[in-house]
Amino acid sequence: MLPAAAIAWKYVLAGTPEESPNYKMSDHWWSMLIDIPKCIGCGNCVRACAAENDVPEGHFRTWVERYHVTDYDMTNPEVISPDGGKEGFPAVQEDAGKYFFVPKMCNHCADSPCTQVCPVGATFVTPDGVVLVDQTYCLGCAYCVQACPYGCRYIHPEKRVADKCTLCYHRINKGLTTACVENCPTGARQLCDLKNPNDPIHAFLKTHHVQVLKPQMATGAKVFYNELDGSVR
Amino acid sequence: MTGVEGYMYPNEINLIWSVLIVLYPYITGLVAGAFILASLVRIFNVKAVAPTYRLALLTALSFLIVAPLPLQLHLGHPERSPEMYFTPHSTSAMAMFGFVYLWYLMAVLVFEIWLDYRHEIVLLSKSSKGLLRLVYTVMTLGSDNISPRALAIDHKVSWIVTLIGIPSAFILHGYVGFIFGSIKANPWWNSPLMPVVFIFSAMVSGIAAVMLLYMVSTKWRKLPIDMPCVDTTAMYLFYIFIIDFSLEMLDLIHRIYEADESFRSLNFMVHTKLYFSQIVLQLLVGTLTPIILLGIVQISKLPAIVRLRMYVVAGCLVQIGIFSMRWNVVIGGQLFSKSFLGYTSYKMSLITREGLLAAIVLSILPLIILAVLVKLLPPWPDKELDYIEVAAPTI
Amino acid sequence: MNRFRDTGHLLRFAALFFIAFAVFLVIRHFVVPKTFGEYGHYRGAAIAEIAARPVHFAGHQTCETCHADVLAIKAPGKHANVNCEACHGPLAKHADDPSITPPKLDTAVLCIRCHAASAAKPKGFPQVDAEQHAGGIPCETCHQPHNPAIAGGTK
Repeated sequence: MLPAAAIAWKYVLAGTPEESPNYKMSDHWWSMLIDIPKCIGCGNCVRACAAENDVPEGHFRTWVERYHVTDYDMTNPEVISPDGGKEGFPAVQEDAGKYFFVPKMCNHCADSPCTQVCPVGATFVTPDGVVLVDQTYCLGCAYCVQACPYGCRYIHPEKRVADKCTLCYHRINKGLTTACVENCPTGARQLCDLKNPNDPIHAFLKTHHVQVLKPQMATGAKVFYNELDGSVR
Repeated sequence: MTGVEGYMYPNEINLIWSVLIVLYPYITGLVAGAFILASLVRIFNVKAVAPTYRLALLTALSFLIVAPLPLQLHLGHPERSPEMYFTPHSTSAMAMFGFVYLWYLMAVLVFEIWLDYRHEIVLLSKSSKGLLRLVYTVMTLGSDNISPRALAIDHKVSWIVTLIGIPSAFILHGYVGFIFGSIKANPWWNSPLMPVVFIFSAMVSGIAAVMLLYMVSTKWRKLPIDMPCVDTTAMYLFYIFIIDFSLEMLDLIHRIYEADESFRSLNFMVHTKLYFSQIVLQLLVGTLTPIILLGIVQISKLPAIVRLRMYVVAGCLVQIGIFSMRWNVVIGGQLFSKSFLGYTSYKMSLITREGLLAAIVLSILPLIILAVLVKLLPPWPDKELDYIEVAAPTI
Repeated sequence: MNRFRDTGHLLRFAALFFIAFAVFLVIRHFVVPKTFGEYGHYRGAAIAEIAARPVHFAGHQTCETCHADVLAIKAPGKHANVNCEACHGPLAKHADDPSITPPKLDTAVLCIRCHAASAAKPKGFPQVDAEQHAGGIPCETCHQPHNPAIAGGTK
């Protein structure tokens, strides 16, 4: 563990691409697991992401939704996400129906509709499966924001370009994990490298019932939810 | 959160496509529609509407020149827009815009106008003075060949250009419909009918606009309005409007019947947030009323003055209706949440880059450009125009 | 030859197109970024630029390099999988220069964020009503944050 930490730290300090020379993009295919029963809605992930990535106020690279499903009616859940869940959620007293939290983020779709519509090639899927935005090339036309079925993109108010979750690309290619996974106290969020046979999440994906959001859109979403309720939008 | 009812994904709360993005399809629609009216003369030999031919072309050009401006004002980085020409993404409908626009501007509109006006341009380059003389001389491209044979060749080439221009006009505006219609993430937009509806509503607005401009400009020149011309134009307007209305009704009936997961949310939106702009402005005022007015003219014999008044009213209502349609598509598509659980509001700003003032200025600008073009390239052979008559060659 | 006698003006118009196209191609050659198309329809250098962004959270492995004593307390307890910066905040600067002291934590806010009782939270998760639980005294009076079980951890 310790030698790996020392190496990780050297890359953390450096912040330059040359310092991760052992990272080969084609060896990785990144995805994420979100374990719904473990999420307690503390909002740590939202705060951590904002701190790590300088996310502007009022915009969210990740957010948490709280669902309240009464009785058997799945078609009309009560959903709130106060300030994206950044400061957690107000306490609930009564217990009627079921409550659960659903963290949301960019699904880093393999067949992403957002990269399909970009007129200039400013947003793209990397060879290791992460959807990124080239902010020096983006026109700010916002077509990608319209095309995303999950609402995970926004236009950065100062830079005036498209922005969204980068799966902490600057961390994962140095052997670190994403800021949201690092800061989740219950392990509800886990990074997973689908090309790494030793990744512990592989076993989880094989033995649990997992779904993606809006599967009918056929986006090839790579954020897998464990025990996702049918009422989740 | 002010303005939000129910639940919206946090990033969806503020609209990103503003009134300028409503204006853009409206303007390109006028371009396509005006051109189709011109093609009625050229390709389909509808001689009755010939008086509107040149005016239609100049109208199309005025609006086409202004068309990119709302987009440039909307972009976060307009200085990077040439990237769409240098590295267009072949899977993006928006990327094709730059090339379709350029093609339509240069290879269709400008070419056709040049061919039709070349005779006058050459004569004016010889008879005018000062800066105007330079302008006309440049426009001749250095050739002063206006022999009957050259003009005959021009006429033939112009016919081919118009023929190519019809599908080009369809693509120019149809792809705008496709930009919306191909987005599976948005059920209000997602429909294969979208490009077709856009094309037909474009034809309606363009034909009505040229009809109005013809009537206004004729009155301005204190000349009697050519009744067969406006009657025929109004007749085409009526029949194309019937097709447009049928297509929109087909979309509506299909949605109501299928009632998929988005239906409840969209239905509620139409009855509340979009009630005024969709039911009142687009449907009642902007579609049913003009169709009824134009229909009455078709089936009954009314005196010319009454017909003219009905055409003016119908033409104006059509503009309101088609603009509302663009509004309902663009703004309506962003008022509801993709979670189908909530709604937001559009707070249109007044004097910002994408505000109401910018929209008003951009709406008036094409008319100013048209006035300049009409002065530069008069659509009507004017008796006052002092030019040298070319002697017909003796065979 | 006779056929083209009166088409000179058309050829000039066509020539305009060709010249414009040639100029476009020349400009394009200079303007399109060199790495464009390296991996796909995008600027290949963007990947490295995004990968070079600064890191704010050091990661628990880095913390444990120096703070092995805390790890020893934490590992057997209930907070074993709660990473250091989940409570202590982003500390990459501190790891770089240990003389930069991390900000003091306010347990009144911190512990409550996760452990405030709510019917919305999973049933098995330890949660308390702050007022009823201890009458408002600071949490660390009884619970050592690194190993919060009252019987187990040492202060």
